[in-house]
Amino acid sequence: MPRTSRRGLLFGTAAVSAGAFLTACTSNEPKEKNTAATSGAPAADDRPGKPVTIGFAGPQADHGWLNAINENARSRAKKYSEVTLETTEGSNDTAAQIGQVKTLINKKVDVLVVLPADGKALTQVGLEAMRAGIPVINLDRIFASPQAYRCWVGGDNYGMGLNAGTYIGEQLKDKPNAKVVELAGIDNLELTKQRSEGFAAALKNYPNIKLVARQAADFTVESGQAKMAQLLQAQKKFDALWNHDDDQGVGALRAIQQAGRDEFLMVGGAGAKSAMDAIKADNTVLKATVLYPPTMAASAIDLARALGQGKGVAGLAELEIPTSLTLYSAVVTKDNVDQYLPTGFN
Amino acid sequence: MTHPAPSARRSGPDRAPAPVTLKKSGPPRPLGLRVDLHTLSLLGILAVLVAVGGITEPEAFLDTGNLQLVLTQASVIGVVTVGMTFVITSGGIDLSVGAMVALASVWATTLATQEYGFAGIVFTAVLVGLGVGLVNGVLIAYGRVVPFIATLAMLASARGVALMITDGKTQIVTVTSVLDLGLPRSYVLGIPPLVLIFAAVTVAGWLLLNRTTFGRRTVAVGGNAEAARLAGIDVRRQRLYLYLLSGLCCGIAAFMLIVLSGSGQNTNGNLYELDAIAAAIIGGTLLSGGKGTIVGSVLGVLVFTTITNIFALNNLQSDVQQIAKGAIIVAAVLVQGRTSPRAET
Repeated sequence: MPRTSRRGLLFGTAAVSAGAFLTACTSNEPKEKNTAATSGAPAADDRPGKPVTIGFAGPQADHGWLNAINENARSRAKKYSEVTLETTEGSNDTAAQIGQVKTLINKKVDVLVVLPADGKALTQVGLEAMRAGIPVINLDRIFASPQAYRCWVGGDNYGMGLNAGTYIGEQLKDKPNAKVVELAGIDNLELTKQRSEGFAAALKNYPNIKLVARQAADFTVESGQAKMAQLLQAQKKFDALWNHDDDQGVGALRAIQQAGRDEFLMVGGAGAKSAMDAIKADNTVLKATVLYPPTMAASAIDLARALGQGKGVAGLAELEIPTSLTLYSAVVTKDNVDQYLPTGFN
Repeated sequence: MTHPAPSARRSGPDRAPAPVTLKKSGPPRPLGLRVDLHTLSLLGILAVLVAVGGITEPEAFLDTGNLQLVLTQASVIGVVTVGMTFVITSGGIDLSVGAMVALASVWATTLATQEYGFAGIVFTAVLVGLGVGLVNGVLIAYGRVVPFIATLAMLASARGVALMITDGKTQIVTVTSVLDLGLPRSYVLGIPPLVLIFAAVTVAGWLLLNRTTFGRRTVAVGGNAEAARLAGIDVRRQRLYLYLLSGLCCGIAAFMLIVLSGSGQNTNGNLYELDAIAAAIIGGTLLSGGKGTIVGSVLGVLVFTTITNIFALNNLQSDVQQIAKGAIIVAAVLVQGRTSPRAET
C-alpha cells in the first residue's frame, strides 16, 4: 500500500514539525499553544498581507458535496480583506471549463484554484496557466501531469474505503461468517474504484467477513433508493453496509425503511449534515460516516493566498507551501459527531 | 436506385390508414385488445426473463416482495412512458420528460410547499408538470419549433431552474402522509399505492388512445398531419394537448418519485427521456408516428425493470448491465421489424 505509507509519512512529518515548531515558540506559554492548535491554523497568518486575486473554477454544483465546495471557497475568501475571488460559472462540460480557465488566465489573476470536472482533460490548460506564470492549486480531481500544478490538495478516496472497512471490521470482528454489502458510487469514476479498493484491502484483515454483494448507484437519491431496494431483495440477511455517498444514502435509508430491515449497521460516506443528524439521533441503521471533507476548498484558498503572498504555511516550518496535501477521511460516529457537525453539508 | 424503397414505404402509411381511422366511428378491427404478434413477442421476452430470474436466483426472484419491488420500480418511469407514447404516436418527441420530473419534484418539495402538506405537494407537482408541458406545446404547435429542438431546450432550462431552486441540495420531505404512502403499511391487498397509480394511468391512457376521438386524432396527426388537417382536425391544438398530457404524466411521476425517495433533488428523473423512448419503441410505437400502443409501452417498461432486477439479484456490475441493456434494445427492435403489421405491407 504505497498510498497509505506516503500519507502516513506526510502526516507524520507534518505532525512532528508542527509539534517542534509549537514547542520551540510557545513552550513556556501552554495557553497560547492551545489556541494555536484549535484555530484551524490558516495559511501564513490572519493578518492582511499583499493583495491577491484568486481565480476559482469549479464544476457545476448539482450535488450536495460540490455545492459545499463552492460555499467553503467563497466564505474562506471573504475572511481575508486583501483577497479578491474571481469565480467562474460551474460547469461539467470539459470544453466550457477549459474556456473558463483560459478567461481567468487572460484576466491575469495571481493564483488559480481549479476543481476540474475531469482532471485528465484539464491538464493542458493547467500547463498553460503555469507557463503563463500563474501558479495553479489543483483541487481534488488530479491533473495528469505534476507540471500542470504547483500544489495539489484533495481527499483520500482509498483511505475513505480503508477507514470504512476498518470501522466495519472492528464492529464485526467477533462475528463468525459476517456478510458485508457495498453500495458504490458512479462506477466510471476513478474515485469510486479507489474507494472500493481501499474497502476491500481493509476487509482482508478480517477473514471472518465476506463482501457478498456490490452494486453501483449514481450519487443521486433516486439511484440510491432503487439500487438499495434491489440489494435488500437480493440479500435477505447481512451484517453491514458501506454506502459511498451520503446523498445517495438518503435514498438508501428510504429503501431500508420501506423494506423494514434493521439487522445490519450502515456506514455512509462524504459527511452530509442529514447523515450526521441521523448518526447523532441514533434511530436508524446508519451508525457512522467517513468524511471526504469539503473544507478542502477552504484549505485551497488558504494555500492560494500563501502562494500569492510568497509565504509558507504556519506550523509546517517551510519557506514554501507543500506540493501535495491529502485530507484525512475521519470516521464520524455518535461519539464524535458533535465535533464534526459544523462541517456537515446540506 | 436506392431511393424507391424508402419512399415507397413512406407513401404506404401516408395514403392508407389515416383517413380510414378517421371517418369510421367504429375501427376496422378491435383496437388494442387484439393481441398481435408484437405484443406476443414482448410477452415471450418477459416470460424468458422470468425464467432466467427464476433459475438464477429462485429464492430472491420468485418472491412476493420482489414482485412488489419490480412493479414499484416500473411505476414512475411507466407513467412517464404512457405520456411519451401519446407524443410519439402523434409523430413528435418529448426530450424534456426527465427535466420536467426533476423540476416538478423539487418545486413540490420546497419548504414552502411542505407547509401545505400532502395536497400542496400533489397540486404543485401536477401544476408544474402541466405548466412546463404547456410551454412545450405552445412552442411546438404555435411557434412551429421542431419538437426535438423545443423539448431539448426545455430539458436544459428546466434542469437549470431545478438546480436554481435546490442550490444543489437534497430537499428532504418531512410530510408524513406523503412518506407513509411509500411504506408497506399502506399497501392495498398487497399492492403498493404507486403501482395502483401506475395501473390507473395505464388504463386511462389505453382508453384515451383506443376509445376516444382524442386518441383517433392523435393517431391521425402522427400518420399524416396534412391529411388530418384536411379532415378537419385542429392539428395545432391537438399537438398542444399532447405535450400538456406528457407534462401531466411527468407531474404525476414526480409526485410518485417524491413518495418513493422521500425527497426532491435536481438530479431526479435522470435519463428518463431515453428510458421512456426506448420502452415505447420496444413496445411497438412507431418513432415516425401513426401507430402507438399503451400495452406495448407498459410491457416495454416491465422488460427493462425486470432485466435491471435480475442483474442486481445476480450481483452483475454496471458495465455488464449497460452492455446487456443496449443489446436487448437492438434485439427488441429487430424483433419489432419482423413482427410489426406495418412492416409486412
